[in-house]
Amino acid sequence: MMDLGSISPTLLLASLMVAATPILLAALGELVVERAGVLNLGVEGMMITGAICGFAIAVNTGSPTLGFIAAALGGAALSLLFAILTQVALANHVASGLALTLFGLGLSALLGQGYVGIKPPATDKLDIPVLSDLPVVGPVLFAHDPMVYVGLALTLAVWFVLNRTRAGLILRAVGENHDAAHALGYKVVRVRVMAILFGGACAGLGGAYISLIRVPQWTEGMTAGVGWIALALVVFASWRAGRVMLGAYLFGGVTVLQLNLQAAGVALPVEYLSMSPYIITILVLVIMSAERNRAPASLGRTFHASN
Amino acid sequence: MVRLEKRPQPSKLWTYLTPLVAVICTMVAGGALFSLLGKNPVEAIATIFWEPLFGEFAFYYRPQLLIKGAPLVLIAIGLSLGFRAGIWNIGAEGQFIIGALTGAGVGLAFYPAEGWYIFPLMMIAGAFGGWVWAMIPAILRTRFGTNEILVSLMLVYVAEQLLAKMALGLLRNPDGHGFPGSRNFQQYPSGHNAELITGTGMHWGVVAALIAVIFAYVLLNRHILGYHIRLAGQAPRAARFAGVSPTRLVLFCLGTSGALAGLAGMFEVSGPAGQVSIDFNVGYGFTAIIVAFLGRLHPVGILLAGLLMALTYIGGEIAQSNLGLPAAAIQMFQGMLLFFLLAIDVLTNFRVRLSRREVV
Repeated sequence: MMDLGSISPTLLLASLMVAATPILLAALGELVVERAGVLNLGVEGMMITGAICGFAIAVNTGSPTLGFIAAALGGAALSLLFAILTQVALANHVASGLALTLFGLGLSALLGQGYVGIKPPATDKLDIPVLSDLPVVGPVLFAHDPMVYVGLALTLAVWFVLNRTRAGLILRAVGENHDAAHALGYKVVRVRVMAILFGGACAGLGGAYISLIRVPQWTEGMTAGVGWIALALVVFASWRAGRVMLGAYLFGGVTVLQLNLQAAGVALPVEYLSMSPYIITILVLVIMSAERNRAPASLGRTFHASN
Repeated sequence: MVRLEKRPQPSKLWTYLTPLVAVICTMVAGGALFSLLGKNPVEAIATIFWEPLFGEFAFYYRPQLLIKGAPLVLIAIGLSLGFRAGIWNIGAEGQFIIGALTGAGVGLAFYPAEGWYIFPLMMIAGAFGGWVWAMIPAILRTRFGTNEILVSLMLVYVAEQLLAKMALGLLRNPDGHGFPGSRNFQQYPSGHNAELITGTGMHWGVVAALIAVIFAYVLLNRHILGYHIRLAGQAPRAARFAGVSPTRLVLFCLGTSGALAGLAGMFEVSGPAGQVSIDFNVGYGFTAIIVAFLGRLHPVGILLAGLLMALTYIGGEIAQSNLGLPAAAIQMFQGMLLFFLLAIDVLTNFRVRLSRREVV
């Protein structure tokens, strides 16, 4: 039975914000990493590690806030391994990123053994007296958990730092031409390591958002490719913060709509609906790659100061 | 102050030594991990590496080495060609699934007819299925410049959904009382990838893997195409001046790796797994990436690496049942191996020099 009338647009828009947040957080982190000239394909691994770190700490302390902090630390700790591999041991970025994802999936499954089937402590939703009670606008914009707004604030912050501050200029210089940046006296490796750690922390937050708020419970491999979608999103956004946000809401929308259609009993089999976010990601990538390539010029290249 | 100095030539010694050192480091770190989990590290490591080969039940485990090693080697050989040329097929798992579906599909279409021609047709169908699935990222990359890493990976998730659909729908066993999963190939002699020599684990997939190793070796060392692959990876600019067509290279590398992964999937589903079921794939497509790197992207190296990785799978299972070691610990152990390999690999191209900080 198909019942499209059961899909409420208000609810759809509200849950879109929630579905988009993990992708947004992870993609913003990766954006900064790639602008510094590093290609970290380990987003999926860092997200799932963040998901379990956040979940475990939140369950044990009863505080989602501490959970999110732990998730950021866990993601950053894992990304430190990537930083050591690529910046110190000068390993190939693609291979190291894959190693990070494979390792992260194993690590999270190991850490999460005792946490299957447990409910995490609930995260409070925002409740602003007048605004949250507004019809339509209230539930869509003003009645979410704080992390949704952290994601939005982070978008703004990343945009501001990259485009309007000296630190952002140095980071971009390192990403566009690491040899020139090195010649100017900037610490290429240090900048990149910090960018990688930031990316890891963001991915960790995104992962914890899935396990603590979006789902909320712990299952092995629960990020199910969101990390990879976040990577695709950075390409889609042509390495610009504003468009990362746009893209995240687009993908969030697709996911939510697809789930709603499943619930409404559309004549398409569930499996075909479930593969739609991945197929749409591919389509979007194809459309975007027709545009001029705006990738940072040193992206994925190994830097070694010969003197 | 420790400093890295680039070697004029990659060190021959370290090229061979790196995988060995990485394995030893992984054993040490893995042992530390296992003792953190409250297990005796020496016992755990011995169970993983010794028990399957020389333990009491080795007669049972040794054949498993070939059964688990064959798909890993077959897939990794294909991947290594692309990895050498800087073409990253990360979606072998998806191609493996699609190859299994098409291969099994053709076999099941003939059921219950018997004939010598059925199994070869299934092989062709399996390879073709994997090839088609890999052609999607290949054509998108050559035609639109789309990133093949992301596309091939997205297609893994699509393939998994397709597998679920097929196991519950089109390929479901009509006599299976509504249970998900296809007919079992063990009860269908013409389509069964049976053991060729009893008690050895030797099946057609093992034969195919060995042939692939030989072909890859000849291709890389004796054929102009293999030379072009190596050239494109090491000096892309020089390759362009030499007239190497990047388009052809992408189509060839992705196509070959897809066909081999599809073939591996077909051998798996018609032999060791026996039937198409929702979760017959156990991540060989991803583990093969580790195998390819561990084997230094060299055909003979991959053969050895594949056997070693198969050993950790089997030993891991024994450690699971005997010592209660969690399955995830083994997965992490395998990931660790790749980490150490990549980290130690720096010594192949660089020399570590101790020097005082110079005054500029």
